[in-house]
Amino acid sequence: MAYDKFTILRSTAVPMPIENVDTDQIIPARFLKATERKGFGDNLFRDWRFEADGTPKKDFVLNNPIYSGKILVGGKNFGSGSSREHAAWAIYDYGFRCVVSSFFADIFKNNSLNIGILPVQVSESFLDQIFKAIEANPKTELEVNLPEQKISIVGGASESFEINGYKKHNMMNGFDDIDFLQSLKSDIQTFAAKSIY
Amino acid sequence: MSKTPAALFDKVWDSHVVRHIEDGPDVLFIDRHFIHEVTSPVAFLGLESRGLKVMFPEKTFATADHNTPTINQHLPVQDPLSANQLKALESNSAKYGISHWGLGNPKNGIVHVVGPENGITLPGMTIVCGDSHTSTHGAFGAIAFGIGTSEVEMVLSSQCIMQPRPKKMRIKVNGKLGKGITPKDVVLYIISKLTAAGATGYFVEFAGDVFENMSMEGRMTVCNMSIEMGARGGMVAPDETTFNYIKGREKAPKGEAWEKALAYWKTLKSDEGAFFDKEYEFNAADIEPMITYGTNPGMGIGITKRIPTAEEIGSSKASFDKSLAYMDFHESESMIGKKVDYVFIGSCTNGRIEDFRAFASVIKGRKKADHVTAWIVPGSHIVEQQIKEEGILDLLLEAGFQLRQPGCSACLAMNDDKIPAGKYAVSTSNRNFEGRQGPGARTMLASPLVAAAAAVTGFVTDPRELI
Repeated sequence: MAYDKFTILRSTAVPMPIENVDTDQIIPARFLKATERKGFGDNLFRDWRFEADGTPKKDFVLNNPIYSGKILVGGKNFGSGSSREHAAWAIYDYGFRCVVSSFFADIFKNNSLNIGILPVQVSESFLDQIFKAIEANPKTELEVNLPEQKISIVGGASESFEINGYKKHNMMNGFDDIDFLQSLKSDIQTFAAKSIY
Repeated sequence: MSKTPAALFDKVWDSHVVRHIEDGPDVLFIDRHFIHEVTSPVAFLGLESRGLKVMFPEKTFATADHNTPTINQHLPVQDPLSANQLKALESNSAKYGISHWGLGNPKNGIVHVVGPENGITLPGMTIVCGDSHTSTHGAFGAIAFGIGTSEVEMVLSSQCIMQPRPKKMRIKVNGKLGKGITPKDVVLYIISKLTAAGATGYFVEFAGDVFENMSMEGRMTVCNMSIEMGARGGMVAPDETTFNYIKGREKAPKGEAWEKALAYWKTLKSDEGAFFDKEYEFNAADIEPMITYGTNPGMGIGITKRIPTAEEIGSSKASFDKSLAYMDFHESESMIGKKVDYVFIGSCTNGRIEDFRAFASVIKGRKKADHVTAWIVPGSHIVEQQIKEEGILDLLLEAGFQLRQPGCSACLAMNDDKIPAGKYAVSTSNRNFEGRQGPGARTMLASPLVAAAAAVTGFVTDPRELI
């Protein structure tokens, strides 16, 4: 599925300083029953965001009008647990294009890159600086510069981040792996012919 | 010239690289692809919108498990959304020529139970599925891991995915396990030591006496939960135990093909001096029956221990407090004696015959505690059949339990098997996340023996007192 190209994103950010945010929190299993990819943003963080009767929980950050933006900043080990890509879909559908954390779970990171969300891994200390800056001023903007692989607190500190060259190229151009793999079909046929399985 | 010593992981990975992309991932050929009703429909929609076909339909296997009811499977599925997903799996499989074991099929069951028991899972393979517990199949010396739906679409359309090569970790457990210590305790112990993110970025090889002496069912339980410490997957080198398990299973190689495969499989072990980015070693004698007290699988302790403090386990105070508040537990409390409302035995972690044998060994001659609701859910129809044939069903019924039908059930509570808000469950599944077993449900992960001890006493109980 096509996604927006990613180059430079400057936005306010939503802080979620909780460790081990697992994909069951991002989107609980009972909301995985669709056969199409739409509307998952409505149930993003469902049980942290709403009471059982659907009333928004006032103390949850997504319900706090002070915080908004296209960048979600999470605590260490973000996206652990289930491989459900629905978690990344829900984050994208809600309007986020970038998730910042000091550590990402592997499958979540892959899923995000595959659908056009940029996972930006920063140091613990820089993550802490971001949380503090947003706490001091919720209008603090972050700038994520993919071509230069740099994330900055606008008007403050910055840090570089890693991404492999192939994925960076894909994100900047809105490409996905499926098209690339189609171009390798004859190699794959040859390879398959040798398989003992 | 001597060859550089290779790890088991390297041998399997390297033999599946179709192309290496400079400063990018490897294009990895996939031998077996399992699909289920929840994470495949959007992948099939993707194929359709691009006008692509399934490249090797004979390498993909479909089974319905996540959504399926565990009672009255002969009746139409009540929940329209679940019914719709099950129908989509059936029609997509038929359309593209994929083998499909739907509800009512005697081969149906949890994907990570039916793959191995039918000989679809073999050593040296690359195996993926849109489910993080695909790591289970690593028990056979395969590279097996969970993928997202975009990757399901990649595998359907090209039989390949693109993966950065993970780092390698080896975890050795040597010595002899004590009485009442099961593979589940071994893996919960390891995760409690490494934390829920301790193996992120790594592929793990489990080695040492304990795994060498473990059954295939036990190795599957261990590899199943390697994702719970963040690992991309876990694997055990195949040996005679592996070969004996596979031989004669329906889709396993036969005759000459078996001999040829066997000769190759015997080469699948880490060479002396193979490099690992990280190594851990634990002593079997230190492992007790385990139980979790918090909201991630790393928050586990020996059942006789007290709940630790955030400081003791190096967690952030805020996250740790949030976790204990959800469970309504407190630092320094004992787990023994905590009241249990629900017991769940089943799932891809502990839904195999050996798990029900263990459960039965404790309940034999005892009765289910009156206040406990127990859900006993076999991993597959084949396991269900074994439970009946071995007389375990009779024991269950005598003790006041009922046997349900196969499926993922209360492990992720996508069907009606939900633990009510605020209630405590001792569960043999793999995740104790907030709401995992139903909104507000409180999960304590443990072995089938600990689950059985809780089921008959109604409280968290050391199973060693009952065996």
